[in-house]
Amino acid sequence: METVDLQKTPLREFNQKLHDLQGSSDKAEFKVLNPRGKHAVASGIDAPVSVEIDGSVGYYCASMNKQADVVVNGSAGVGLAENIMSGKVHVKGDASSSAAATGIGGMVIIDGNASSRCGISNRGVDIVVKGNVGHMSGFMAQAGNLVVLGDAGDAFGDSIYEAKLFVRGSVKSLGADCIEKEMRDEHKETLRKILDEAGIGEEVDVNEFKRYGSARQLYNFKIDNLEAY
Amino acid sequence: MCGIVGLFLKNRALEPQLGGMTATMLGTMCDRGPDSAGFAIYGSGDDGHIKITVRASAPDYDFAKLAEAVSHEIESHIDCEPHGNHAVMTVVEDKAANAEEALQRLGGEEIELFGRGTRMEIFKDIGRPNKVADRFHLDQMSGSHAVGHTRMATESAVNAAGAHPFSTGVDQCLVHNGSLSNYNALRRELQRKGMTFQTKNDTEVASVYLTWRMQQGASLGEALESSLEDLDGFYTFVVGTENGFGVLRDPIACKPAVLAETDDYVAFGSEYRALAALPGIENAKVWEPEPATVYFWERS
Repeated sequence: METVDLQKTPLREFNQKLHDLQGSSDKAEFKVLNPRGKHAVASGIDAPVSVEIDGSVGYYCASMNKQADVVVNGSAGVGLAENIMSGKVHVKGDASSSAAATGIGGMVIIDGNASSRCGISNRGVDIVVKGNVGHMSGFMAQAGNLVVLGDAGDAFGDSIYEAKLFVRGSVKSLGADCIEKEMRDEHKETLRKILDEAGIGEEVDVNEFKRYGSARQLYNFKIDNLEAY
Repeated sequence: MCGIVGLFLKNRALEPQLGGMTATMLGTMCDRGPDSAGFAIYGSGDDGHIKITVRASAPDYDFAKLAEAVSHEIESHIDCEPHGNHAVMTVVEDKAANAEEALQRLGGEEIELFGRGTRMEIFKDIGRPNKVADRFHLDQMSGSHAVGHTRMATESAVNAAGAHPFSTGVDQCLVHNGSLSNYNALRRELQRKGMTFQTKNDTEVASVYLTWRMQQGASLGEALESSLEDLDGFYTFVVGTENGFGVLRDPIACKPAVLAETDDYVAFGSEYRALAALPGIENAKVWEPEPATVYFWERS
């Protein structure tokens, strides 16, 4: 394991080192100290490496992640794991707005709360938030799953497409075209797999969740609504 | 963009370090607002006296001469403490309005009044925020709480008067990240109610609005609550009063905000970076203020 102290090593130098591993199968391990809220820590990795960050990070931590396993022993700023492609990003504290926004694959786990717009425009990432999510979470989410063990804020799933939203607690309000849907066995199976992958399959009961998704009334253009434009 | 920092000390033993801690926080927010900066600091005050902070357009302006002329005019002593191109003029409370009028009249276009307070002093200028803080030796100032701002201008010109904080009432100041959209209409409405404005800036309208609400008898908390109804746009506000420190985000929470609290202080930063150097931050309670929710701390 290589230790990188961001008080001594410039962040660009460290990120460049990670980018230089692109295409290699090197399973290198990095321990990062003193991130002190810096932006874009461990962004743009495309290698099966592990990065453990001690402390809180700023914006876009582990964004565009491919293959890597990134752990933050702290909280994360705006745009955690934005546009994640694959791999796993795990934040032990809270995440600010737009966590896992536009993600295509992989998994993002947040042990604390995520604020507004968690999983906005999701295109295939699985997101597990052990606390609550803020307003406008799941906005325009197209695919993937958002699992919330706590409560969801206002306008949950607004203008959602085909992503699946699972909430164990309450939902303050649903956004346009988002409705509660039947939790069939296939959905319980999907949820169980996600919880297993997040390492909490044993302790969390899938029967306690409600499922939300698209009423599919909004995302096709209707000629009858022409007057509204 | 714009950056905001705020620090409210609960532990009085830290008061000599207030300026140093605030300067460090402000310095980390340079890249959120590199064109100008400002800060309000709540330090010591004399009972029955008002401090008026003025700025001169000329760097070598003779503040002592102006103070003497104003003293003569209002027949009351004015204590003048220059800080670069700013000066803090202290006058007995019942002569404060006369002093302000005389400062403006005798100082003419070379002088701008930035704020008045029993304890509040306000410094703001163009230039990189860390340089602005250095210019006024913020790191050597002490006090109970401070509010600072780094500006990336959108709604009005880059000049000292357009920098934040805006102060439109005694010991009141406001800093803002965001932009308001209904401020011209609201300014006209407030002007009809007799309120006056110094700039074309949107934040000044919010500041005058809060001052007007409080003149009508609202508490700061109530004034902030009503701004949720009357102000349209994006905002994270941090406000300072003689004894307190408040935070409000718009209902959509477009602009970032992080709060941290320990037994010693409450701190606000637009980003966590601004808080990273504070003592004990590792074990502080750190959270994002909820949208459309008023947060307020006050010293008893």
